[in-house]
Parts: sequence; structure tokens; C-alpha cells
Amino acid sequence: MAYKVGDKIATREAYGDALVEFGAKYPNVVVLDADLAEATKTIKFKKAYPERFFDCGIAESNMASVAAGLASMGLIPFASSFAMFTAGRAFEPIRNSIGYPHLNVKIGATHAGITVGEDGATHQCLEDLGTMRLIPGMTVLSPADAVEARAAVEAAINIKGPVYIRFGRYAVPVIFEQDTYKMEVGRGIILAEGRDAAIFATGFMTHAALEARALLKNDGIDAAVINIHTVKPIDRELVIAMANTTGAIVTCEEHNIIGGLGDAVSEVVCECCPVPVFRVGVRDQFGRSGKVPPLLEHYGLTPAVVAEKVKAAVALKK
Amino acid sequence: MDKAKLERLKRAAKNIRLGAIEAVYSASSGHPGGSLSIADVLAYLYMEEMNIDPNNPQKPDRDRLVLSKGHVTPGLYAALAERGFFPKEELKNFRQIDSYLQGHPDMKSTPGVDMTTGSLGLGFSAACGMALGSKLLGYNNRVYAILGDGELEEGQIWEAAMFARHYKLDNLTAFVDFNGLQIDGKITDVVDPTPIPEKFAAFGWNVIEIDGHDFVAIERAVGAAKECKGKPTAIICHTTKGKGVSFMENEAKWHGSAPNKEQYEQAIAELSALE
Repeated sequence: MAYKVGDKIATREAYGDALVEFGAKYPNVVVLDADLAEATKTIKFKKAYPERFFDCGIAESNMASVAAGLASMGLIPFASSFAMFTAGRAFEPIRNSIGYPHLNVKIGATHAGITVGEDGATHQCLEDLGTMRLIPGMTVLSPADAVEARAAVEAAINIKGPVYIRFGRYAVPVIFEQDTYKMEVGRGIILAEGRDAAIFATGFMTHAALEARALLKNDGIDAAVINIHTVKPIDRELVIAMANTTGAIVTCEEHNIIGGLGDAVSEVVCECCPVPVFRVGVRDQFGRSGKVPPLLEHYGLTPAVVAEKVKAAVALKK
Repeated sequence: MDKAKLERLKRAAKNIRLGAIEAVYSASSGHPGGSLSIADVLAYLYMEEMNIDPNNPQKPDRDRLVLSKGHVTPGLYAALAERGFFPKEELKNFRQIDSYLQGHPDMKSTPGVDMTTGSLGLGFSAACGMALGSKLLGYNNRVYAILGDGELEEGQIWEAAMFARHYKLDNLTAFVDFNGLQIDGKITDVVDPTPIPEKFAAFGWNVIEIDGHDFVAIERAVGAAKECKGKPTAIICHTTKGKGVSFMENEAKWHGSAPNKEQYEQAIAELSALE
């Protein structure tokens, strides 16, 4: 599929498209789902390659361990459901059946974060980056737009080991040029240079970070924006470099401020280059039902809040 | 079954039981009761039945065995050593910091271990994935899963049971080690998972009930499972926990504790005296 900058498209759509595209190139790819194929968009793969698609029914723990068995045979399974029911419900099978033996399973988790919207708290997973980051050897990818989501699927296929990929339900703007975009797992992407502060963002919040940068310009603050598609392993080198050159950091994610990108960046900063770090995210709360724009306002996941946190971080600089 | 084969199997099972006690005693830790109850099934599968090669443990189209009741590594490792996957002396290093014999099965470190297990319920699902993968890859192999009776209390077991039947995994055979005991006592006192054969039958499986210490019955059941097309087979094995060591038999406390020196010597003496 061709995605154009500015188009609004959910990363889950790109997940489904990419499975079809790379399913042709990689015949060992098989796809599992847990009765949510319409929602996760694996339905696209099911239509293209019915013989390589297996619905596991509403049984996500079984799906995770079945995927481990398939991977042990040399196949490359993508196990798909909502983030809540993979990284949440199936955490332990993912840890013990997939993570511990380092099997070649890809977990395609959609409906991550608060932008699930109307379904509310039980379905808004704000913990998945945390639980998946805790598993040794797990690569954790969190694409910002459809172009990056597509690239993340192929990157995951080319990693020999477990990969968790986080996709969203909500249509978000395409920010990358498809023709030139290259994903290097473990490397952040500097979208804008800046000397006063560095904003590290992941997933759909990368777009908000770019808007925050524009707001800050009006206040005379020059903020760098870095897109982090790989939450684990985090790009330590880049975090250290940005901390040293700007002296103030803000992280942005559609996730609890505990456990995700904010912690991943803070861990590096604390050990290697102490500077103020402010974390934008859901502040240790559960979600709630609502349309997406008011939800983002309610939980402070807006460019204005990001800009405010940048100012606070800059003010703390020595 | 001819006499020579029966003798061979009895000798193998005896060696597996001796090896299991040796391992648990050396580690002062481990699970002897369920190792002894499943020893005859392990002997039959590893010594007679499975298409495996100790010199090429990763052969792609080999048969697989998933020890879903992963705590009975003493029995599994003794069986793998008996089959020649590693030297029997290694059993003395069971559960030690520098050993490749982890407390629960680890496919990355132990030759012959096909799946990492230990957290109950997970191995059965993985075996379903292996059976499905085998079909996709066109292998003409078999996948065996060994389940505990207490393990049937895990909900994931029944997710897997539904899945295996739905995808007609007739290359999958599950053995249930029905010894009636789990850590906290009798399975019927903890949270009763019986009736077991009826449950698997209700989930659409081919079900066979046998005496799990009778090699002739084991052989016949494994053969019948291969003949059964279109659905997986569950072989419900009536067994004695601690089988072969008088003071361990039918005692829940030997689920997960190691013998002292005196008990060890008695256990070895009793097992050595078996025909």
C-alpha cells in the first residue's frame, strides 16, 4: 500500500496491509488471531492466504504458546490481538513460552493506548510497553505512523527472536515519506534538531511532539524532536548525545508514565548523563470511555501539555 | 509384544527411575513422585517409539515430546540420558548452577528437549503449535504431550484441547498421568478435575484409558492413536505416584521433595531389585 504524508490512517490498517505484502515475500510467515481479525486487520492476511491463517478463538494465552510451538518448527508466527489481551492477559505465556526460549514469535498488538476511545478502561492498554520491556531479549517496536508500521513488520520478520509491535486503532497522520523511510531497529530518528531541549516521542505522540515544537518556537525555545520506534533496545547513544547537547528532556507516549518510553529514557539519563526529564503520558491512571480528542485533553496527551513540560524542563536546567 | 522387547522396556524404565532418584538426591531438590509415575510412558516413547536421533537432536521432521508437566525433569532427563542424548553422569549435576539440566525443561540448553516448559498449561498449547506446524510443513511425524492430572486445573489446557480438535490435529497424542495426587493433596480434594476421560471426549478427542505401567497397553494405545484420523488422541494413564519406591507410592509429600541419605539408599535398593 502507498501512504502519503498527511493522510490519516491507523497503524493497525498498515499492519494488515504489511502482513499481506510480506506474506508473499516470506512464505514461512503464518498469522494467528483471537477472534478479532476484523479489528486487528489480520482479516486482510486471512483473505490473501487462508491456508496460513489460524483463528485461535477467544483464548489468547493458548495463542501465545501455540505461536511458540509453531516458531519451534521454523515458522514465523504473528500472534495478534489487542494489546490488553496479549501483553496483558497473555503476559506469562509470552514470557515463559516465547521470551525465555527466545523463540521467533512476533506479537502484533493493536488497540494500544488511550486512543481505543469508546470501549474504555478495560480495553485501553497503558501497560504493554512496560510488561514487554521487562522480558529479556524482547524487541519492543512502537511505530508512529502507517509508513513506520509497515517497515516495523518487515523489520520484525528479519529479527531472529521475539518482537512485540504496538499498533493503534485511531487514524493518525502519516509523517514519513514512504519512498525514503528506512527503519533501523534500535536507532531513534531525529525529526528536528534543537538546542534547548529534546523531545523523545513514540507512536502517535510523535506527531504531537512535532506540533509542540512549533508552539515552543513562538516562545523562543528550540526543541529537538526524536521519534523512538524501538522502545527496547532503547537508543542509548542518542539519548546520551541529546542529553549532553540540550540538557533537558521530555518524553511522550500514549502509555502509563511508569514502565514505558519515559522510564527507558530516564534509565539511560540517570546512569549516564543526569539532566531533567519530564514524562508526558497517562499519569498512573486507568482510561475511560470517550471520543479520542476529549480523551487526549483529559489525560494531557496534547501538544500544549508537551510544550508546557518542555518549558518546565528547560527552567530546571543548571 | 515379544519377550525381548518387554525386557528391554522394563530395563529402560528401571534405569529411568534409578536416574531420576539419583538426580533428585544429588540436587537435594526436585520432583520424584511424578517422575516415577510417568517413567514407563517415557521409556516406551524414548526407547521404542519416537523417531529421534541423539546424534542429530534438531532433525527438522523428528517426532517431538513436550513435557507439559515440566516439573518431572528427573524422569525426562533420565530418559534422555538412557536414549543417549547426554552422559548419565550429568544427572548428578541436575539443578546446579553450571549444569545444562535446569530445574524445568529448557530447550535452549538441554539436548533432546523439544520445548521449554514448567509453567503448567503452557506446554500443551505449544505441542498443539508443533502439531499444526508439522502439518503445514508436510512432515509425517508425531507430537507427544505429557500432562499432569492436577495440571488439568489450568484453564489454558482446555483452550488447547478445543484448539487441537478444531484443527484436527491427529498427529498429536496427549498422555495424562492420572496418579490422583498434586502438591496440596488428592486432586479430588483440591479442585476436582475428574471425570477426565469424559472431559476430553466432550472436547471432541479420541480417548483411550490404560494402565500407565503396562507396556503392552501403552504400545496398543500409541498404535491406536496413530490410526485415529481427524482428531487428536488423549491417553489417560492410570498410574501410581512414586511407583517403584514403597515409601513414595501414593504420598503427595513426594511430589516435590528429595530423599535423605537413608531414604535414597532404600529407594536405590528397592529399584535395583526390580526385575
